[in-house]
Amino acid sequence: MSRRYWRRRLVERVMFTLTIAATASVLGVLFFLLGYLVWQGASSLSWDFFTKLPTPVGEAGGGMANALVGSGKLLLVASAVGVPVGFLGGVYLAEYGSGSLAFAVRYAADVLNGVPSIVIGITVYGLLVVSVGHFSTLAGGVALGFLMIPVALRTTEEFLRLVPRSLREASLALGASHSTTVIRVVIPAAMRGIMTGIILSLARVAGETAPLLFTALNNRFWSEGWLQPTASLPVMIFTYAIAPYDDWHRQAWAAALVLLVLVLGANVFARVALHRGAAAQA
Amino acid sequence: MTDRRALAAARLAVRPIVRVAPPSAPERVRATTPPHAIRRRRLADGAFRLTSLAFALSVLVITGAIAIELFVRSAPARHAFGWSFLSTSTWDPVFSHFGALPFIYGTLATTFIALAIAVPLGLGAAVCLAELMPHRGVADALTFLIELLVAVPSVVYGLVGVFVLVPIMREFGTPIANTLSFIPFLAGPVYGVGLLTAGIVLAVMIVPFIIALGREVLLAVPQSQREGALALGATRWETVRHVVVPYARSGIMGAIFLALARALGETMAVTMVIGNRPEIATSLFAPAHTMAAVLANEFAEATSDIHLAALVEVGLVLFGITLVVNAVARLMILGVRGGDEVRA
Repeated sequence: MSRRYWRRRLVERVMFTLTIAATASVLGVLFFLLGYLVWQGASSLSWDFFTKLPTPVGEAGGGMANALVGSGKLLLVASAVGVPVGFLGGVYLAEYGSGSLAFAVRYAADVLNGVPSIVIGITVYGLLVVSVGHFSTLAGGVALGFLMIPVALRTTEEFLRLVPRSLREASLALGASHSTTVIRVVIPAAMRGIMTGIILSLARVAGETAPLLFTALNNRFWSEGWLQPTASLPVMIFTYAIAPYDDWHRQAWAAALVLLVLVLGANVFARVALHRGAAAQA
Repeated sequence: MTDRRALAAARLAVRPIVRVAPPSAPERVRATTPPHAIRRRRLADGAFRLTSLAFALSVLVITGAIAIELFVRSAPARHAFGWSFLSTSTWDPVFSHFGALPFIYGTLATTFIALAIAVPLGLGAAVCLAELMPHRGVADALTFLIELLVAVPSVVYGLVGVFVLVPIMREFGTPIANTLSFIPFLAGPVYGVGLLTAGIVLAVMIVPFIIALGREVLLAVPQSQREGALALGATRWETVRHVVVPYARSGIMGAIFLALARALGETMAVTMVIGNRPEIATSLFAPAHTMAAVLANEFAEATSDIHLAALVEVGLVLFGITLVVNAVARLMILGVRGGDEVRA
């Protein structure tokens, strides 16, 4: 009895130590990743990075001002596509979403969420690059917009469903129509959560590289208007990382740090905002 | 608090079309609402419903467009090569010979390596965070940190892979390959880039998924199950191993399948560290290629129509595989939820 007991205790100790080791190693990777990025990125970051254009190959210096603006423009187009579809589609699912059509829409959103982003790039290439004849900010933004849709849609639906029934009933009892109730009572009550979802979906697509490779392409100069190829931070990181120049590698680290700060910052901000909201509600 | 604010908003927002009537006389309420106001409200409701319906439908349209676009644009390649596209391993844009087997092999091999590393690590950490942590707040904070790893863009993983992991693999891989070259998986020259490097990077990328979802599933196991096992004299480990994990099995499988789907479609990080050579190599240290990586590398530069069509067909295959994997994952997670409802 007692020997067997001790063996069982030993197994327990060993296995639990292993699970702690697993957790510690994952956290170790996280801290290494962030630390290394900050170290490498901060040492290569300079004011020029934010204000200057890339220099020709072999010339030191220069920055990625055009890529920063390019990423901003891409996200603007992406929001113009992704926010209305995700938001209003989510409203439909929450308000009228019990039929077979709503089931089909949910299923399509799940499929869209699982499609590799590069495959979305191929589709948008076929739809917007081949027909127009050249790569453009518009095509890249639309590809990113498609990627935003599933996240925006599902979070909108979820947060609308969290609004208590009593609120709807109060509004309807006061004589408001269904649409007035949704627009002026339900949506404002869920707004914090919906905004969080949209910020998270933007953060997700801000770092996407694959769908931009053959929609927005790249550009070493300013991109004018919406129909020219444009530089973007993620594509710049990719191009510079696989190029054989040390100076470009330093710039890639700087760009990666900027991108990471933006993306993680948005994530932390969104979650803290949501947490506050939940705490206030409770 | 939100409740109260929204209620106040409700009161302000809703201009009473109905004049206040004594509650005992509902027929007078109807009488005081002018008919044109009722018609306008019906019209507004209908317009609102139709608008939101249109946007919901566009999700269907977009998803359908992706499938149709891939199918139509890959037609030349499908007609030219038939099913042999999936089983031949020559990829020669110059002579227009295209077989996707090396890419399929590379995708499956890297995904397998990634899962072999990430599943034990992820489940271990999930058990630790769900079952062991004495303080719930600490576990929540650590899970939050780990979930941040999901948000890191894949190109950043690729960057760190290229400049940190590849040199490490070159340094330590060469002596291993030299001393253990009799094992076919470890033979051959070590370049630093290759299947194993890509697998490790992928593992780091999918492990947070498995931890976050796995922990959620484990936390959903009813406390009574644990208490029952402990009361029968099981140690805490035996409780986890024989009661909690089996109870949550299908949810855990769902988490693993979602991670699998992500690994299959991952593009940038893999492209940067796999070496991009379309060959089927048995050695873990050999450079290889994946479906997503060949798209990233060649699509923008493909000149001939048949090359482009062949690349789109690779995309179609990738789309098909992720579709199946996602569907299986959904079914498994649905199974868990459905099961809970039955039990409750």
